[in-house]
Parts: sequence; structure tokens; C-alpha cells
Amino acid sequence: MTPLALAIIVFGLALIGWLAARMRAATFRPPGHARFTALPVHYGYFVAICALVPPLVFLAVWSLTAPALVTDTVLATPAAAALPPPGFERASILSEARALGAGRSHGAFHDLAAQLAPAYAAAQTRYDWIATAVALLLAFAGGGLAFTRVRPDFAARTQVERVVMLLLLAASLIAILTTVGIVASLLYESSRFFRIVPIGDFLFGTHWSPQVIDPRDLGASLGAVPLFWGTFFIGAVIAMAVAIPFGLMSAIYLTQYAHAATRAWLKPVIEMLAGVPTVVYGYFAALTVAPAVREVGVALGIANASSESALAAGAVMGIMIIPFVSSMADDSIAAVPAAMRDGSLAMGATPSETIRRVILPAALPGVVGGILLAVSRAIGETMIVVMAASGVATLTANPFASTTTVTKQIVDLLTGEAEFDSAKTLAAFALGLTLFVITLALNVVALSVVKRYREAYE
Amino acid sequence: MNNPRQPTDWTAAAVARRTRRRYAAERRFRLAGLAAVWLSAAFLAWLLASMVWQGTSGFRQTRITLPIDLAAAPLPVTPAQLRGRGADLALAGAGLDALVDRAAVRTLGPGGDALISDGAWLVVRDAIKRDPALLHRRFTIAVPAASAIDVAAKHDGTPAAEAMVATLDARGLLGIGWSGGFLTAADSTDSTRVGIWGALKGSLLTMAVTLALAFPIGVLAALYLEEYAPRNRWTDLIEVSINNLAAVPSIIFGLLGLAVFLGTFHLPRSAPLVGGLTLALMTMPVIVITGRNAIKAVPPSIRDAALAVGASPVQVVFDHVLPLALPGILTGTIIGMARALGETAPLLMIGMRAFIASPPGRLTDPATVLPVQIFLWSDDIDRGFIEKTSAAIIVLLVVLLAMNGIAIYLRNRFETRW
Repeated sequence: MTPLALAIIVFGLALIGWLAARMRAATFRPPGHARFTALPVHYGYFVAICALVPPLVFLAVWSLTAPALVTDTVLATPAAAALPPPGFERASILSEARALGAGRSHGAFHDLAAQLAPAYAAAQTRYDWIATAVALLLAFAGGGLAFTRVRPDFAARTQVERVVMLLLLAASLIAILTTVGIVASLLYESSRFFRIVPIGDFLFGTHWSPQVIDPRDLGASLGAVPLFWGTFFIGAVIAMAVAIPFGLMSAIYLTQYAHAATRAWLKPVIEMLAGVPTVVYGYFAALTVAPAVREVGVALGIANASSESALAAGAVMGIMIIPFVSSMADDSIAAVPAAMRDGSLAMGATPSETIRRVILPAALPGVVGGILLAVSRAIGETMIVVMAASGVATLTANPFASTTTVTKQIVDLLTGEAEFDSAKTLAAFALGLTLFVITLALNVVALSVVKRYREAYE
Repeated sequence: MNNPRQPTDWTAAAVARRTRRRYAAERRFRLAGLAAVWLSAAFLAWLLASMVWQGTSGFRQTRITLPIDLAAAPLPVTPAQLRGRGADLALAGAGLDALVDRAAVRTLGPGGDALISDGAWLVVRDAIKRDPALLHRRFTIAVPAASAIDVAAKHDGTPAAEAMVATLDARGLLGIGWSGGFLTAADSTDSTRVGIWGALKGSLLTMAVTLALAFPIGVLAALYLEEYAPRNRWTDLIEVSINNLAAVPSIIFGLLGLAVFLGTFHLPRSAPLVGGLTLALMTMPVIVITGRNAIKAVPPSIRDAALAVGASPVQVVFDHVLPLALPGILTGTIIGMARALGETAPLLMIGMRAFIASPPGRLTDPATVLPVQIFLWSDDIDRGFIEKTSAAIIVLLVVLLAMNGIAIYLRNRFETRW
């Protein structure tokens, strides 16, 4: 029986249980003045939950253990005695036999795999039938037991609501699980990387060339300082040089000068910049901006102006960040008490003097927090630099020269043709861990700055 | 008072000069603000205009008119074979491919077969399938031109190709028309035959997985945190992780997907299932955060009224708060989904960058998605792919615009101001 058919049957049983319990509960009459604690529909849900949860839990556990059981059964057959000792060859024969048995492939590379395939098919079928029978039995037993409890004095609602609360709690725990998953997978893979490459070489080495790795001294060509510098230069210097003036001035203009009607349509237009997918920015940067930047560089007399310059990637990234800076600045300007602004204007200051001397200093913590968040977003941005920045790591402060970033290198390392355990792929995880730690720190600092500042005015 | 203040002389030249200077500074500041806004808008306009400018020709296709003579050299195919499923196979086996190439050489001179697309014979095949009478006739048909000719006809080719286009044009053999194949075909190595449908379908499957996971989990988590969660260390931990997840770079989610879904659970590479799972983890915090705001906006009086007539806390939330907050939650969900739809980097990590020449049928088939397809085409050296990339970007932007339009409509139509 296919998993889909099994699922339909189990859900069908639950539906039948729901209907039956509801109909039975609907016939209850309250004895005397006693009141029910539950509606008929609660009895329905109670029975449905009891019929659904045990088989689903069983199937979840089963799907994790069944492959091992099937393999054990196959290994017990006489044909398996000819298998080579545990190792790569044995595993490949077994996985081939499994694919043959399941009908997913048709030709066998090893003769032994073809011999084992029928055993696999038989074992799989047998265990599938066991799973189906147990799941149906659990569904009947759970639903039946629950149905016997459908009585007027049974508080079905309390039971159902307890399950609902558990479900809600489980849903919010997914967030913690994801965070733990990210931290654990990055730490695990990185620790494997740092076992073969000294952590000092990685963090402080100034030479990065993963294309040509010397197997005797891995650390010599995996020093990430040029990447950190490139990321900082593109994301925190060039991009911010574009995003801060434009974002801040737009926010000031839209909140302090523009008419409400103008603001109503200009603000969404600016925010559309944030809705454009990064791959579109990347294409735009690579195809339109980068050649233009190179020509400007050549015209300025810079000999090594690259067509994969840091300036092109950084400037386009800055444009992408404008709405982000703008809306953060907007929020913190709006949080400045109106009395401060009115007082300044009443003393005869012009609006621009009020903004520069009163509003901006008062809003500064919020603006700085917003800029830190913008930096964290810029250094984590991937597609623009993948498409427009260079893959060659150089330590340079020349915006027309080519630079690379951490994110670009992660993509390059993981989309190559390397096996999963090589130093290259593990290096990508170490870079990912660094990126995660830095963005996390920036976010924590930024949020605490913004929060403390909000409290100051409340 | 032995030192009476001098009254300010407001008419003094120094005061007037200072006022003028201050007003000039005011005007400059205001102008700078205006310039920042308009330049930002101009960037957007430039971006969109350059995409439309380069992309519209991607929806058009250059065709060369060829005479095909099946009366003189009939194909070994009977009209009966053209009915039903075997038609494609029968025509392919009958040497239609070579016949069309010969027709091209006869009409266009030596090397003429290089001027038409490799897929030209497919157009002839489809024409014959539509009208079996063509099997015994002489007819002319417009077939797609090769990539070089196509690019040259749109005024961007090499001098040799441009000269060839001029010759063909003078003979009246050239035509440009709407390329329906772009919206219905999948990826191909030949830029004249590529289409967006394979990637679009991959995007749809991926988004379906993302929505099915992120929406229920996100809404339930938002309800729990906003309505039931006790104030304690665990709740704080959940809140901190959700806020941090919303700010984690998307590529980190790709690394998570690679290590956990592919590395630990051994799910298939390049599959919409894995892509959807990865993007769901990324979208869930967005839905939780916007969902909480929507739930917070429902006034407490509604909860109090429901509790007062005897509803349990679960009934209050599911029968009253959730329906009222749903428009806001849906708006946030659509915006989160739009962001996931435009996301590229995490999907590159889990291998959705393979060359996929047929649209995926199931969640576990290898697939690619729209933004990744754009990325792949942008890397191609064939000039014919430039306009196709921009055309794909137009398709992506139209889909995103439609999604955001729906979100804005929902907000305006259903949002209640309490």
C-alpha cells in the first residue's frame, strides 16, 4: 500500500470517528440542571485526535527505523554472505540493491546487487504490510477507546484544548529548533574544518586561494582576512556611503517636508526598491553598472580598473539598502517628541536647523541602530556580489579594483565539483559560522541601542 | 538695571545677510532631501526600464520562411500514424530533421542549415500534426532562426550575422513574431528554444511546500506567543530566536538546508521539497512577526466580551481573535512568500542550480526556480541569453507585483481600524 493511500485511510477513519462522536454527543440530554462542559463538536475532535495521533507518531518513528530493519533482514539471507566487509563497496552494493528492489533503477552494476534485489523487495513489502496493519490497528484502537469515553460527564473540551495548546507550543518551539539547527550544523562542520586547518591560520591568514590548495599546508591558502576586508569594504563602506545619505535624506524629506499626499505615493515607490529580488540587482550590477564603473575608472586614469569592481557591487547594494535605512530613520524621527521640534521652531530656527540641531541628535541612537542593522543585512547579501563581484581575493582599498566577499566565496566553494567532506566545503561552513556570528552580534547591539533609546522617550 | 539690553536692530545689514544665508541653507537642505527621494525613485525607474528595454525582445522570435516540398520527397509516414501518441516518434524517425536542413540549404545557400534553429524541425513537425494534408503538399513555413541570426535581427549581433540578416531581409524571408514557446518551454542549451515554464513550475512547487509549512506553523506560533505564552525565560528565548532568525542572512539557511536536509536526512538534491523546507524556515519568522502585530491590533474588548459570555481561552482565540486578525496575517504571509519567491542564494546551496530540461512533475524531482534560472542564464556566454534573462526577470517581477498587489488589496479591503 502506498503511503498516500495509508494516509487517506487513517484520515478517513478519523473523519468517521469525528462524525460518529458528534452524532452521539448531539443526542445527550442534560440530566436535571447540570450543564455540559463540551459541545458535540468537541467530542468529535477528541475522537478524531485519538484516532489520528497514535498511527501518525508510529509511522514517523517507523519511517526512521524501517530502512535499518529491512537491511538487517536482507543481511540475514544466504546471498548476503558473499558481501565484502563493511566499507564503501559494501554500502554501494547495498544501496544499488535497494534501488533495484524498489524499482527505481533497472540495470545493476554489481552482480551481487542484482541477487540481493529480490530479498530487498520482499523484505520491504513485508515491513510495509506490518506498518500498514499496525497503523490501522492503532487508529481503530485509539478511536474506539476514545469513542467509549463519549459520555455526558466527560470533559471533552478540556482534553481537546490541552492538545491545541500543545500544538501551539510545539509550533513556537520550531523557531528555537531552527536556531539550534543552524548553530549546531555550523559549529559541527566548522569544528571538522578547524581540525584540519588551524583556527589562527583561517582567521588571521592573509592569503586566500582555495583553487590551489597545498595539501601539506592547508592553512597557507585558506586565510580569510582578504574576505573579511572585502566584505567590510563592499558592505559597510561603499554600500553605506550610498545608502546612508540617500536613506537618511529621503526619510527627512518625507517626514518633515513632503505633503501628506506626496508622501503617500513616494514612500511606497522607495519601498519598492526593497521588493526587487536580489538576483535582479545582481544582473543589473553585472550587466549595466559594472561596465559603466570600469569606463569611469579608466577615464580617471586607473589602470587596473576591473569590470568586477567593488564599487559596482557596493553601489548597487547600497541602492538596495536605501529603503531599509530610510524606514529605520523614519521610525526614529517619528519617535522624537513633537515638543522638542515645536520648541526649536518657536525659537525662530529654520526647519533645516531644527532637523540638524534638534531632531537628528535626539534620533541619533535609533538611526545608528538602524544603520547597524543595514550593515548586517549588507554583509549577508549574496546574489549581488556573486554576480557582480570578483572571485579573486585581494587586500585593496581601491574601489575600482576587484574584491571578493565571504558570501561570494561560500557560494563558489559549495557550487564547485568537490565532495562534501573536502577542506573546501568545510571552509564554506567556517565562513558561514563567521558570518552568522558577526551578523548576530550586529543585530544584538543594534536592537539594544534602539530599545534603550525608545525607553528614553517613553 | 545698569546694563539695559540693546534692542535688536532687525533692519541691520548684518542681520539681513545672516537671514539670507540661513534661508539659503534651508533651501539647499530641502533640495538635497528632494534630490535623495527623486534619485532613489530614478534608480528604480532606471532598473525597471533597462529590464523592460532588454527583455521585451526576449518574448519575440526571429523566423525564416522556408519552402518545404513534401510532394517531391514524401515522408515515409501515413496519416494514420499521425493520430494518437506515436506521431512525434513517427515523424522524428522519418528524417524530418534532415529534410528541413536540406530545405534550408536549398533556400539559403550552403551553410543554410546553420542559420535556422536546431529546433526548427519541431515547428514543421507540429504543423504537420495539425494538418496531415501537408504530408503530400508543397508549403512554406516560418521556422525559428538560429541564435546568432536572432540576435543580429534585433540589432545586437556580429557584423557577419548582421550582413546575413540584411541579405535575408532583402529577400523577404525574415519575420519577427511573438514567441509563445518562451512561456511554455523549459530550459535548453539553445537560446532560441529556452522557456520559463520549467522554472516557473519549480517555483510553484517550492512555494507550495513553503506555504504549507510556514503558514500554519507561523500562525500557531504567533497565536501562542501573543495570547497564551507565560512571561518566563523560555518565552523570552523563543522571542529572541524568532527575531534573530528574521535577521539571519538567507545564505545561512542554505547552509542549514545543505547540512541537515541533504547531509543528515539524505533528502534528494535539487528537489522542490528541500527548497520549500529551507525557505519555510526562512519565511516562518516573517509570518510570526507580522502575525503578532495583526493579533496585537485586535482590541482587548473583543477578548473580554467573549470570555464574559463563557468562552474558553481557546474558543476566544480561534473563534474571535484569529478571524479578525486573519487579513493582517494574510498580508504578512503574502509579503513573506514574495520574498521567498525572489530568494536565490539558499537554493543555490542545496543544488537547485542544475540544468533541468523538463518541468518537474513531483516534489522530489530535480527542479530549478525562477530566480535561479535568471542567475544561470545570466552566466551564459551566448548573447541570445541576455534578452532571455531580462525576459525572465520581467516574468518574475510581474509575479511579485501581482502578489504585492493582492497584499495591498487585502489590506485596504479587509483591514479594520479599531
